Amino acid sequence: MSDAGSNDATASDTGKVALVTGASRGIGRAIAERLAGDGFTVVGTATTQAGADAISGYLQEGGYQGCGMTLDVADQVGVEAVVKGITQRFGAPLVLVNNAGITRDNILMRMKTDEWHSVIDTNLNALYRVSKACLRGMTKARWGRIVSITSVVGAMGNAGQSNYAASKAGAEGFSRALARELGSRAITVNCVAPGFIDTDMTRELGDEQRDSLVRQIPLSRLGEAAEIGALVGFLCSDNAAYITGETIHINGGMNMA
Amino acid sequence: MSSIEERVKKIVAEQLGVKEDEVQTEASFVEDLGADSLDTVELVMALEEEFETEIPDEEAEKITTVKLAIDYITENLA
Repeated sequence: MSDAGSNDATASDTGKVALVTGASRGIGRAIAERLAGDGFTVVGTATTQAGADAISGYLQEGGYQGCGMTLDVADQVGVEAVVKGITQRFGAPLVLVNNAGITRDNILMRMKTDEWHSVIDTNLNALYRVSKACLRGMTKARWGRIVSITSVVGAMGNAGQSNYAASKAGAEGFSRALARELGSRAITVNCVAPGFIDTDMTRELGDEQRDSLVRQIPLSRLGEAAEIGALVGFLCSDNAAYITGETIHINGGMNMA
Repeated sequence: MSSIEERVKKIVAEQLGVKEDEVQTEASFVEDLGADSLDTVELVMALEEEFETEIPDEEAEKITTVKLAIDYITENLA
């Protein structure tokens, strides 16, 4: 990852625990590495053991505290077990980055019930499960950070992604409500909405599709995962203590509000 | 060892930031002691820790006064 300098993380260098879902690659990995670099003990999750091992591997390689664990955020029992396990091993997670997400693209007239539900369950219902599981520790500590990774698609819409757009817009509403519930405990709840970022997901697009995408972006390039990591790192630092209920767009200017 | 009543009242006072002598047995957390809904959840968390137990959500919602807290602990732990 590029080094954009570390945040002046006076509180985060005390070994607070950060939980990042979907951290084996792409944006999630960049976020996990950034938070680890900022001094958090990071637990990253992946749905497979190979993914969890990869997370442990890159954390260890960087000389960071933390490890990978397997978790399907659609599994209520698994979520509770993982948060409990983290709390016993490292301490209660005071930073939660809801990053795990999936796409099942289809135009609505062709969309299967299963395609709708699986996206809503993994991208939106998981926020209920994982956030709730982490709140006891955060309220007790009178400090917490919840950052959910949404998408420019939640604001703009995108043909073929009604399920995904609904889940991401839903996540933003959820975060605003939760920000109001938890403000008195110094817990901030925000969203980061990336545009097109250079990851495995966008590398699957054909050259033509990629070129036409880039033409819509004033900064004329895809974003770097590390740039998302830097923004999340800032939101999790003490410097961002007065930002809550906000969705911060990071998309090279492709959708200016 | 303090009585259950004393321990409950001490926790209520600490959690809600009120003086212990304001914590009357009949006091309601919300109406008399100024708690909001998040305070009452945290109060139950604190009681769970003090008495090393888990209070199920459906029971926790019924604990709205100091007396109900003392009664619950007495019935379930004594």
